[in-house]
Amino acid sequence: MNRTIIRNGRVIDPGQDLDQVADILIEEGKIAGIGTDLGEAEQEIDASGNVVAPGLVDIHVQLREPGFEEDETIQTGTAAAIAGGFTSIACLPNTSPVTDTQAQVQFIQQKASQANNCHVFAIACVSKNREGQELAEMGILTKAGAVAFTDAPNPLQKTDLFRRALEYSRMFDVPILDHPEIPELSQSGIMHSGAISMVLGLSGMHPDSEELATGRDLRLAETTGARLHLMDISTEGSVELIRRAKARGVNVTSEVCIANLFLTDEVMRTFDSNYKVNPPLRSQLHIDACIAGLQDGTIDVITSGHAPCASEKKMTELDCAPFGMNQLEITLGLAITNLVVPGHLDFPALIAKLATNPARALKLSKGTLAIGADADITIIDPESQWQVKPQEFASLSTNTPFEGLTLTGRASTVLVSGEIKLQR
Amino acid sequence: MKVAATDSAVNISPVPDTWQRRHLLGLEELSRDDILTLLETAVELKTATGGCKEKLSILKGKTVANMFFENSTRTRNSFSLAARRLGADTVEFSASSSSLSKGETLIDTAKTIEAMNVDAMVVRHSTPGSPHLLSQNVGCSILNAGDGPHEHPTQGMLDIMTIYEQRGTLEGLTVAMVGDITYSRTARSNIWGLKKLGAHVIVCGPSTLVSKTWEDFGVEVSHNLDDIIPRCDVLNLLRIQFERQYTRPFPSVREYAFLYGMNGTRMAQAKDDILIMAPGPINRGVEITPDVADGPHSVILHQVTNGIAVRMAALYLTTSVNQREG
Repeated sequence: MNRTIIRNGRVIDPGQDLDQVADILIEEGKIAGIGTDLGEAEQEIDASGNVVAPGLVDIHVQLREPGFEEDETIQTGTAAAIAGGFTSIACLPNTSPVTDTQAQVQFIQQKASQANNCHVFAIACVSKNREGQELAEMGILTKAGAVAFTDAPNPLQKTDLFRRALEYSRMFDVPILDHPEIPELSQSGIMHSGAISMVLGLSGMHPDSEELATGRDLRLAETTGARLHLMDISTEGSVELIRRAKARGVNVTSEVCIANLFLTDEVMRTFDSNYKVNPPLRSQLHIDACIAGLQDGTIDVITSGHAPCASEKKMTELDCAPFGMNQLEITLGLAITNLVVPGHLDFPALIAKLATNPARALKLSKGTLAIGADADITIIDPESQWQVKPQEFASLSTNTPFEGLTLTGRASTVLVSGEIKLQR
Repeated sequence: MKVAATDSAVNISPVPDTWQRRHLLGLEELSRDDILTLLETAVELKTATGGCKEKLSILKGKTVANMFFENSTRTRNSFSLAARRLGADTVEFSASSSSLSKGETLIDTAKTIEAMNVDAMVVRHSTPGSPHLLSQNVGCSILNAGDGPHEHPTQGMLDIMTIYEQRGTLEGLTVAMVGDITYSRTARSNIWGLKKLGAHVIVCGPSTLVSKTWEDFGVEVSHNLDDIIPRCDVLNLLRIQFERQYTRPFPSVREYAFLYGMNGTRMAQAKDDILIMAPGPINRGVEITPDVADGPHSVILHQVTNGIAVRMAALYLTTSVNQREG
């Protein structure tokens, strides 16, 4: 029998309320035991001084293939996921063609299987061709393996379509994911609307744009009883709206992208298009509210918001440059550096946001170290100091403003179904 | 007009060591000393050229490229004349007539022009930060001739120079900019420059075009022109930037003129020595009536002449740093 033991790590599994120094036994690619007296194995991994966590799960990733292979492919994107400590990712449907047919879901699965890096789950379109007009074939898509539905990064603009999607999704118990934004209030926006946008003369995206949509979405989730996942939360008002909705028992989960947890709109003074993201980087007030939301459980998930872009697309005027940052490989380091080191979250809370909760939001049987689960494990060296080197990214693109930045903490070993995919 | 080459007879002061800027991207980032250097150099060059009419040769052998990705007649010609008054050659590039329509990127276009041995590029673009992007990607000097609603540093400086010529100082003066502040690069450059030289700045206009947030930057915000007129030493009447607005920020031009148009009746409430300025092009009957635009308080045409002086100074100062750095 193929046995592996990970020895002496600080084993953290928020799903089981577990945080103790222990060994983990893996047999035939599954978790077979957690304890101190698990015998011998042909393969041993020393995890002393490291955190042993369920493989991280990122439910907001743009893989770009098919259609935008100049930015990223399923091969390179999944390699980037492994380099960043993620063993499962869910990819958005904004490819070309979009993910709105069985064949497209199967294409993703087949490419992911050939890449043989991490698990990949397809998120399909809510609307046919992602046009926001007619429902996509949710039943057939669910059957094909789609785990959730969204038109992101576009918002679901038409309220009647959104309401129908929520009603219809209940039959299949799948969540609808929305990027909350009222485009009329953010059109042509490049950055957060505030003092900095005023000084720079750049068109702003007002928090109202996000908060009005968040309010609408929560109301629809409440009246339909469907599963709603709010992506890209970035404002104080949105956090408060979700907090109140959760208190009323609305079936909602929410996420924040890592960039929105530590960067303010001040960085736009550089005019570096690598800081152009949607939702935009806002003020410290909003960052503090998002962190408070993470702490009290209002915000369930931290995502990378991985949006790889070829350099020729970003090296242009700010209004022409697409939104997005290349984040998969640095999200864990950014999170430890900016959330754990300053004391905003402890490791169990961080792992809940990066593994347990994202898996639960999409009902994936991932993000857990339960006996019998796939042995997807991320071993994190919490002290490791390392430098961001975009030229060494596994991702095809290098659109990051963090070149040369020193981060604390990163994945030292990554196992997917018991197989070592990364060891550094 | 006599344009004589009088270079050898004229001695222009060397660029002071305190001036370290290879590019002129905006007035916000300049120190008070930098702004004074620009101002003093502009005044000196205006005198040395007999009022921006005669030629010098202090930029002889240099080439200035005018790269305008947005329409312009006055600023472009002003920069061209400034370059030629100092003896430089000029290259004209405009987006509609050249490569951008063929899908070339801004940076590639700039690198191509730079390869023609250009010493300075004068850049106008509708997107804020575009000159900054170029300054990070080419070796020559970049002069911002207007980047969207962000900055238009030579316009700010020529407004300041015009006030300085009339009053001898900016210290303690109350200068109001009236109209479309939100979309005005002229307003922003003026705000930074005027404040650094000690003026009190008021921005006045409809609440949809004048943000209260300017108060955070030490600027007085008003929505009532009649209230502020008696206190003003200078009124700078800005054009409404219709082309940048998605939702019309006021109901009609008629209502705008009613609330913010500078006319004879309002002039009666002003100080006797008020200066009336406008960056142009002026819309007669909208922000300003003809009797005011052409009246004794108007210094609008002085502004145009000083534009050449300021642009000569900007080209001279920035390219000298390039030369220093080799």
